[in-house]
Amino acid sequence: MKSVCFYFQVHQPYRVKQYRVFDIGNDGEYFNDRSETSLNNRRILEKVAQKSYIPATKLLLALLQKHPEMRISFSFSGIALEQLERFSPEAIDLFKRVVDTGRAEVLAETYYHSLSFFYSVAEFERQVAKHREIIRRLFGVWPRVFRNTELSYRNDLASWAESAGYSGVIAEGWDPILGWRSPNYVYTPKGTSKIRLLLKNYRLSDDVAFRFSSRDWAEWPLTAEKFNTWLHEAEGDTVNLFMDYETFGEHQWEDTGIFNFLEKLPEEVFKSGQIDFKTPSDVIQAYDSRDEVDVPDTLTWADTDRDLTAWTGNPMQQAAIDAIYSLEDQIIQANDGRMLEDWRKLQTSDHFYYMCTKWFADGDVHAYFSPYESPYDAYIAYMNALSDLRLRVQKAAKGHA
Amino acid sequence: MFGWEFPPHNSGGLGVACLGLTRSLKERGVEVLFVMPKKMDIQTPYARMLYADIDGVHSIAVNSVLSPYLNTVSYEKIRGRNGSTSIYGPDLFGEVDRYRAVAGALARSEQFDVIYAHDWLSFGAGIEAKRATGKPLIVHVHATEFDRSGGAIGINPHVFNIEKQGMEAADVVVAVSEFTKQIILRSYGIPAEKVRVVHNGIDETTAPSGNGVRRMRALKDAGNKIVLFLGRITLQKGPDYFIRAAKRVLEKNSKVFFVISGSGDMEGNMMRLAVQLGISDKVLFSGFLTGNDRHEMYTAADLFVMPSVSEPFGITPLESMRLGTPVLISKQSGVSEVVKHALKVDFWDIDDMAAKMLAVVGLPALGKTLSENGREEAERITWAQAAIKVDSIVSSLVHQV
Repeated sequence: MKSVCFYFQVHQPYRVKQYRVFDIGNDGEYFNDRSETSLNNRRILEKVAQKSYIPATKLLLALLQKHPEMRISFSFSGIALEQLERFSPEAIDLFKRVVDTGRAEVLAETYYHSLSFFYSVAEFERQVAKHREIIRRLFGVWPRVFRNTELSYRNDLASWAESAGYSGVIAEGWDPILGWRSPNYVYTPKGTSKIRLLLKNYRLSDDVAFRFSSRDWAEWPLTAEKFNTWLHEAEGDTVNLFMDYETFGEHQWEDTGIFNFLEKLPEEVFKSGQIDFKTPSDVIQAYDSRDEVDVPDTLTWADTDRDLTAWTGNPMQQAAIDAIYSLEDQIIQANDGRMLEDWRKLQTSDHFYYMCTKWFADGDVHAYFSPYESPYDAYIAYMNALSDLRLRVQKAAKGHA
Repeated sequence: MFGWEFPPHNSGGLGVACLGLTRSLKERGVEVLFVMPKKMDIQTPYARMLYADIDGVHSIAVNSVLSPYLNTVSYEKIRGRNGSTSIYGPDLFGEVDRYRAVAGALARSEQFDVIYAHDWLSFGAGIEAKRATGKPLIVHVHATEFDRSGGAIGINPHVFNIEKQGMEAADVVVAVSEFTKQIILRSYGIPAEKVRVVHNGIDETTAPSGNGVRRMRALKDAGNKIVLFLGRITLQKGPDYFIRAAKRVLEKNSKVFFVISGSGDMEGNMMRLAVQLGISDKVLFSGFLTGNDRHEMYTAADLFVMPSVSEPFGITPLESMRLGTPVLISKQSGVSEVVKHALKVDFWDIDDMAAKMLAVVGLPALGKTLSENGREEAERITWAQAAIKVDSIVSSLVHQV
């Protein structure tokens, strides 16, 4: 018996509006763009909910009803959930119904989808705690498996997760760290004993998430039958298919046939009786660890480098990250809910990704998802907003003194 | 190839373009006979120079005060100043006619396959050469009358007619940008299939060189930032938008100097505008710079701004990028089609222009990232690439014959 483990990432950032230098000191709202552009968070959220979250979740509900053996899992960022609560209660309701089946696991992550683990473990822990609260409040469950932002992972993250009581942690199944080993087994992170490591099978995951509608791809069109054959051919205990939930209906539009693919897949998979579906927690329980995996340097899902350079690689990104985390002590001392929240919303990894200049010149739209005209515009808006936040913090500090 | 300026006898980008293209064509094995309207001291290994007032056509010598950038009003002023004698004709158009008149005889006495004419002053000569020899004609449009008039004052109908005749007579019209191609289609009614876009480039023969910053050092060491405008001070180049944006910048940051480098018919007006706005101590006029001075100005600047109202291409931002100085360019320019690592602005949006100037002088990481990526990008935009396209256009015409 072999398993397929699906995990879908649900995340939407609070994009910073075109905050100009002249707004500093005059406008304390950074995320309230009301234009017809992709900086309008409400507009984006409503669009993604309509095109992706709602139809995909309806389909999954139907599949869960039809196939009692079906299992899936989700990781929701806290800021995606709070935006959905405000702008798309229907999507929240559908997610609740899916989790209520008891056959959809919810994973742990940081509320603000941040890289805080690498800059402030104290802040990271506060964000994980806040995430546990919203998951508890909305879904009535406690997550057992941890997934860090952008699948960023290192040995010390696993150690942290183990000491925090998680039974598993998720990372990219990147060949250079695996060597001859396959991502399709359960592993033990170096420096830990009880916690288990689940690795994304990026080839099969990306066949669906990135290549599904690509007509240049030799395997196009990808059918459920064909994909099922590949799943059967894969050696190992578990094929971990981890992808953005927006794959269904947003990254791959409905007219590509992505929903039909998803609808047919479970039926195909179950036909042989050789493969079942499992959640990450099920996989950890069912299969023994095969080896220890050592990841001393940060690993992520991103591009050919699989490191953090897409978020921290250029001087702008470094300056922005330094600037946001340098405010920590003052923000915590100020103890002002609004300021704290704005500071944390500015930690979301997407902001730094928009500043990435790596693939910008190639005009590769697939590599560069951004609502800004350029990485430079993203940086300018971010730093201006941050300057305003700094003024507010300084003002508050004076008030206290 | 008919032109009218060639380094070192040039006052703007057109001569630079003629040199860059000629050299790269020569490297591809294309032999260029470069015709100038009158005898000048030009030494170049890349082309055989012909002067329309010598080489056996003395009797109808074209000894003109032609310059691509004159409008007829300033032309009359120069003629008045220089006291030119009447044998060279009463007006600019007389000079153009003279160049045209020589071209037929000149063409019949030379061996070549294709006639190539740069901009309107040489279009007449190109048409005449085609009429005399039946050889195919390519006209290369570096600027149109619509650009030169800056969109505000009316276009000169006579110049427009010469441009239109040249484009109609040509077998292929080469436009320096998509921006210019659209003007050619829209305003001159030339069929799209006849127009090819060949973007300009830059390479070591045409890039400025020098000894670095010396005289501007004191200003910089005192903690001042320098924002540079370098180009003709004419309506087309948008110097007034630059000065109005400077005013906005200085309201926020007084440690910035604005240098206007160049000459032109709006120079006096611009000096008055700076006085009117109360910023004349921060706006410096350097006059027209060449050689070392020009290089020093580029390298001393923290930001180069090209606020052109209508810029067919715009080589100066590439010069700046190659020297590692970040650029802010108008979206109404051809160069903005080819560079990504630049800040961009609508020329009329003074607030946005000021905001971006402030961002670069206030955020060192922004300038650094723009500088590093911009230098790399500019090095890839070469005349060799332009020559490949021109070569293929030339070949297609030769093979037709």
